[in-house]
Amino acid sequence: MTAADTLVPFDDATDRYDPVLGIEVHVELGTATKMFDGAPNIFAAEPNTAITPVSLGLPGTLPVVNAKAVEYAIRIGLALNCEIAESCRFARKQYFYPDLTKNFQTSQYDEPIAHDGFIDVELEDGEVFRVEIERAHMEEDAGKNTHVGGSTGRIHGATHSLVDYNRAGVPLVEIVTRPITGTGKRTPEVAAAYVRTLRDIFRALDVSEARMERGNVRADVNVSLRANPEAPLGTRSETKNVNSFRSIEKTVRYEISRHAGILDEGGSVVQETRHFHEEDGSTSSGRMKSDAEDYRYFPEPDLVPVAPSREWVEEIRSSLPELPAARRRRLLGEWGFTDLEMRDATNAGALDPIEQTVAAGASAQSARKWWMGELARTAREQDVELDALAVTPAQVAQLQKLIDDKKINDKIARTVLGKVLAGEGDPAAIVEAEGLAVVSDDSVLTAAVDQALADNPDVVAKIQGGKVQAIGALIGPIMKATRGQADAGRVREIILEKVDVEG
Amino acid sequence: MPAIGREDVARLADLARIQLSDDEISRFAGEFDAIMDAVASVSEVASQDVPATSHPLPLTNVFREDVVTDTLTQEQALSGAPDAKDGRFAVPQILGEE
Repeated sequence: MTAADTLVPFDDATDRYDPVLGIEVHVELGTATKMFDGAPNIFAAEPNTAITPVSLGLPGTLPVVNAKAVEYAIRIGLALNCEIAESCRFARKQYFYPDLTKNFQTSQYDEPIAHDGFIDVELEDGEVFRVEIERAHMEEDAGKNTHVGGSTGRIHGATHSLVDYNRAGVPLVEIVTRPITGTGKRTPEVAAAYVRTLRDIFRALDVSEARMERGNVRADVNVSLRANPEAPLGTRSETKNVNSFRSIEKTVRYEISRHAGILDEGGSVVQETRHFHEEDGSTSSGRMKSDAEDYRYFPEPDLVPVAPSREWVEEIRSSLPELPAARRRRLLGEWGFTDLEMRDATNAGALDPIEQTVAAGASAQSARKWWMGELARTAREQDVELDALAVTPAQVAQLQKLIDDKKINDKIARTVLGKVLAGEGDPAAIVEAEGLAVVSDDSVLTAAVDQALADNPDVVAKIQGGKVQAIGALIGPIMKATRGQADAGRVREIILEKVDVEG
Repeated sequence: MPAIGREDVARLADLARIQLSDDEISRFAGEFDAIMDAVASVSEVASQDVPATSHPLPLTNVFREDVVTDTLTQEQALSGAPDAKDGRFAVPQILGEE
């Protein structure tokens, strides 16, 4: 499988070669129906139930373009700073494989709906790379094959295959980059960050659920090496359908090491498609890459051109939501975070919860403190994302308000949060039900202070002698007497009054 | 003038999954050449000011609303299939591709 690959260590490979990336991302659009027919666009239905005669390409059927899918494609194109074609058309991409019934995929070839764009991709440490977009085009997804009789469900050794066409005809937009150069040792990170940036944009645009684990977003990763940045591009390999960020990084690392091994031995990289293997992070040879002319593209005679009016395009442009990068800039200004705090919050997926907590009344810094502190720790322990924790931003804001109102202190707040996470209810209700509110009732506190003063005359002498920090020795017994619920600030004030010292 | 040779025909046949005998390959090579010649005569007539046309009708933007229509039942979908299993179309072994 991959045992024969000679791998050059990544650092060595990137010291001596200049890696170049190219990425094709497919995103399934979240329309109600398919690209060319009214079959529902749904995940995980019974096999072969979300189909019409058009989905099956039965004789006599004709495709009709889904207006919403075109709108979504334009939205994506605009968000990627692309030009939107005045007129474009569909084309038939011919290939023989039973994931589509027609022996061709309806796609776009020479006239994509969007072209010549770019996006800026920010890595975790803030370094930004601009990725140029060559094109974004509309096409249909294919059905799903299950190979039977082989050892591992793979095609090799299978005796036959079973096909479910529920996914056949689901609208896709394929986004193709120009060669991404100048990324050096950061090439694997750039690849993953680019796809993550697209994923976030798709979600912000509300054109797709964009769930990687469901295959809503799939990346084909092209890697090539050349001797130096002035040399012509090397031969590339294309690793298909890599669908997690970590796998994308691993694919790029592996391919850079593998290509370097081939080139070091004076060999030639074969232009081919490859498969990524999750279990060991390697790739293996798929098939020889067909040339475009092998697909014998020609204009789809059953569909007329799509010519989005400039009015429509501008209407869509003006209705674009705030995109992730702009949102980060805005929140940075509103919250007054440092760049580092902002990056950490972004990388932790904490922007949404913090924003919602602020909206529920908390200050930005206190919201950050909870989500990046106690809650981030809990999420790590439970190995879940922040937004999967059993606490709502409103509950966090309520908890903070209890602190701000001096009803509870930080220590009790953490206890209350634990109870919220355990599903015991809202913070205010928990504090109420369990009598956790701090005691700031002076009569109760004064009694406890008097007792402590009487028990510790030596400490009193120290305080009166000017060692105000000796108060700490009195706080312990008072907290104990009030079951940890004394308002420490108020206690301190009372002690100072009693011993007649200016704090 | 692109001449269609035997290798081109063999490659096309392979791409189209059509098995041709040696005789057929030779015969088609000649016939394709004649067809290409005939089509080429169109480009002699078409001058620079005639835009390339991929569709004869002066129509654009034929869309449908994103509304779910009736679907086939699984039984209907599979009714014309030579073979089916577990609600899916059963197809012969697929070789040499993935």
